[in-house]
Amino acid sequence: MGIIKTGKLMFDYIRRDEEDKVIAVNRALDDINLDIKEGDFVAILGHNGSGKSTLAKHLNAILTPTEGTVWVDGHKTNDEKSVWDIRKTTGMVFQNPDNQIIGNVVEEDVAFGPENLGVPTNKIIKRVEESLKMVSMEKYRHHSPNKLSGGQKQRVAIAGIMAMRPKCIVLDEPTAMLDPDGRQEVISTALRLNKEENITIILITHYMDEIVNADKVIVMDKGKVVMTGTPREIFNRPGELEKYRIILPQVSRLAIELSKSLEGFSLPVLTVEELTMKVMEYKNANNTRSY
Amino acid sequence: MIRDITIGQYYPVNSVLHKLDPRIKIIATMMFVVELFVFDSFLGYVLMAAGLGAVILASHVPLRHILKGLRPVLFLLIFTILLNTIHATGDNVLVEWGFVRITVEGLINAAFLAIRLIMLIIGSSLLTFTTTPSELTDGIEKLGTPLKVFKVPVHEMAMMMSIALRFIPILVEETDKIMKAQQARGANFDTGSIVQKAKSLVPLLVPLFVSAFRRANDLAMAMEARCYRGGKGRTKMKPLRFGGKDYLTMVGLAMYLAMLIVVV
Amino acid sequence: MPIILDHINYIYSEKTVYEKAALKDVSLVINDGEFIGIIGHTGSGKSTLVQHLNGLIKASSGHIYFNGEDIYDDDYDMKKLRSKVGLVFQYPEHQLFEATVYEDVSFGPKNLGLKGVDLELRVYNALKAVGIGEDLIDASPFELSGGQKRRVAIAGVLAMEPEYLILDEPCAGLDPKGREEILELISKLHREKKITIILISHSMEDVADYVERLLVMDDGMVLKDDTPQNVFADYKELEKIGLGAPEVTYAVQQLKEKGFNIDGTPININQAKEMILKGIFND
Repeated sequence: MGIIKTGKLMFDYIRRDEEDKVIAVNRALDDINLDIKEGDFVAILGHNGSGKSTLAKHLNAILTPTEGTVWVDGHKTNDEKSVWDIRKTTGMVFQNPDNQIIGNVVEEDVAFGPENLGVPTNKIIKRVEESLKMVSMEKYRHHSPNKLSGGQKQRVAIAGIMAMRPKCIVLDEPTAMLDPDGRQEVISTALRLNKEENITIILITHYMDEIVNADKVIVMDKGKVVMTGTPREIFNRPGELEKYRIILPQVSRLAIELSKSLEGFSLPVLTVEELTMKVMEYKNANNTRSY
Repeated sequence: MIRDITIGQYYPVNSVLHKLDPRIKIIATMMFVVELFVFDSFLGYVLMAAGLGAVILASHVPLRHILKGLRPVLFLLIFTILLNTIHATGDNVLVEWGFVRITVEGLINAAFLAIRLIMLIIGSSLLTFTTTPSELTDGIEKLGTPLKVFKVPVHEMAMMMSIALRFIPILVEETDKIMKAQQARGANFDTGSIVQKAKSLVPLLVPLFVSAFRRANDLAMAMEARCYRGGKGRTKMKPLRFGGKDYLTMVGLAMYLAMLIVVV
Repeated sequence: MPIILDHINYIYSEKTVYEKAALKDVSLVINDGEFIGIIGHTGSGKSTLVQHLNGLIKASSGHIYFNGEDIYDDDYDMKKLRSKVGLVFQYPEHQLFEATVYEDVSFGPKNLGLKGVDLELRVYNALKAVGIGEDLIDASPFELSGGQKRRVAIAGVLAMEPEYLILDEPCAGLDPKGREEILELISKLHREKKITIILISHSMEDVADYVERLLVMDDGMVLKDDTPQNVFADYKELEKIGLGAPEVTYAVQQLKEKGFNIDGTPININQAKEMILKGIFND
């Protein structure tokens, strides 16, 4: 069993009126079965309202299943005694950078998690230093979070999680409110933690250019998992993606347009570099044939 | 604008005062305020001004910065003094015209009052100049620990204070933004009768509350996700420790108080 | 009638320690019927600039003329200016406050003194223009989806029937399909209602696809004011100020560096496709 596993996970949002009578039931998650290996970089794609954030909240026991089970590092999330172990194992980074920073100074915020866990003082200081270094924010240790850019705030949030020594980080649309620079900072930080610290990363996003380096991609729609595969496999199914309101990066769309005029031009194309390479190859092959 | 107020904002320099335990600084400030009202004589003021001067020197906060902090309350200061001068009791009348009555005693009283107020403001802002908000809340939490016996939620109150400090600048910015957004839709916040003015605040206050609740919700979730479960079992990255200089300060403060009692 | 900015300077928190020049000597003419994009790094002055256009921020020095009148004249009617120059802020759904969609959208026109049938007509037209159906008219704006909320908020500005519509990152936080829908909506307002559009965006692809004239801002100044084609041709200059070009521009540039025989700089998929095909077959 992997570090995170879900079995027949169902979740209903239940709306009640003033007298506590149920007036509406919305199935937000429908029969989700995942098994995520430790050390993997998994991306979950989906449009707004597809259920991906609801799923994320299940991985940290913020929400518990209506039916089915979620195991985090062997613990069931609906077992109240395991809640703190689960939250120590999987940290969460949320969408709004402002609403998840608690401390008035960067280092105080990073210390918040270990303080809650009762880590001794001298170890907290060491963990804060290390974590800030991992996200390249050590220079801002004594700064106020209010003066930081969005990308920097998200990196502080990641450091705050790393200071709890987790095995896994769930990033719930961490780039949705950032500018292009900020997006780049956050994604490359997540990738680095995955490669260098062997942290399992679960990245929830609606940007396809952020999932290029993932080990595995899961696409969600209407509370269900509708596609799974490697980034390359997912990029190669543009018709289905369109149906699930997901749009390919511009360069991948250009490649599809080219393939309509160039017989044998191989798809998919994930990055600018790949497009250039394939066009060059195509040209060389083509020219040798025509001469 | 609200953002421009510098009074009470932490001034980051390295001084003995900055390194003192916040608890001793809070107690000293409270003592100073009480002393200001107890020892109201000329000699008392001289001694207290001298004491304050010494503390300012030790704080390494430039005098200019301290005086600038007085600016926002200047109006209040002048108003109080004016009220005390033009409507005074005493025999040595200088001017008497209608309800205006200026006397020598009145002028002296007003001068004393001004000195007292200025020292009060400088004294208390020195506390916040030299103590970070989090040290301050830590200090208050620790000093309030005995109150836990009476079921006062000391930790929770300190946590609330610290979160409020973190979100005040964010909410100020947000207020500014929503106000502008509604003005762009033709809203008018400045003119009209009081009733109209109150009504015109609805388009500002509703979004502000909605946003504050959303932020509170998000924050609660983020705190829980980071294993927050109240004050029990928490450790601190920077625990408050009473050191040598804190004990020394305590002795100094006691001696200073004794001197005031003896001399004045 | 155009909006003319004449040597606008704006100094933020003047005469305090936080003093900062947010706009430096900006002169611009915005003509009727244009579709203008503004790009720039966070903090480059984009938002400050557009808030000058409807008088929400008053310049420290310089003049702004609308319809030939100086908007800083003492007897100038700011409310009228704000009805002609509509401004949609970033995350505009945060300004919704009424109990129903209808009431919220009517807030603007009501402030202009409209009543009865005129008011109703404005609200229905605005909601129709943003694609909010009549079934949602009495719903609470707080119960709508994110994308719907944003449309309602845009309708709230459209209901004032502005001649100019400024949008500060109208797509922020939406998913790609939602972004596309909002951009299509804006483009339609420009085409069909002939509204002059000023669009602030972080997406080079979006401005390249939609706008006719592109302003590049950096450090409070307008660095470039040209067609997107010409602006992105000089993408190396843009990189120096933390910006870039559409992905396809980079792809073609890399091909050129590898010896591909391509003339010009493409900024959208169609141009890039054409150039690459030419480069493959015309050698």
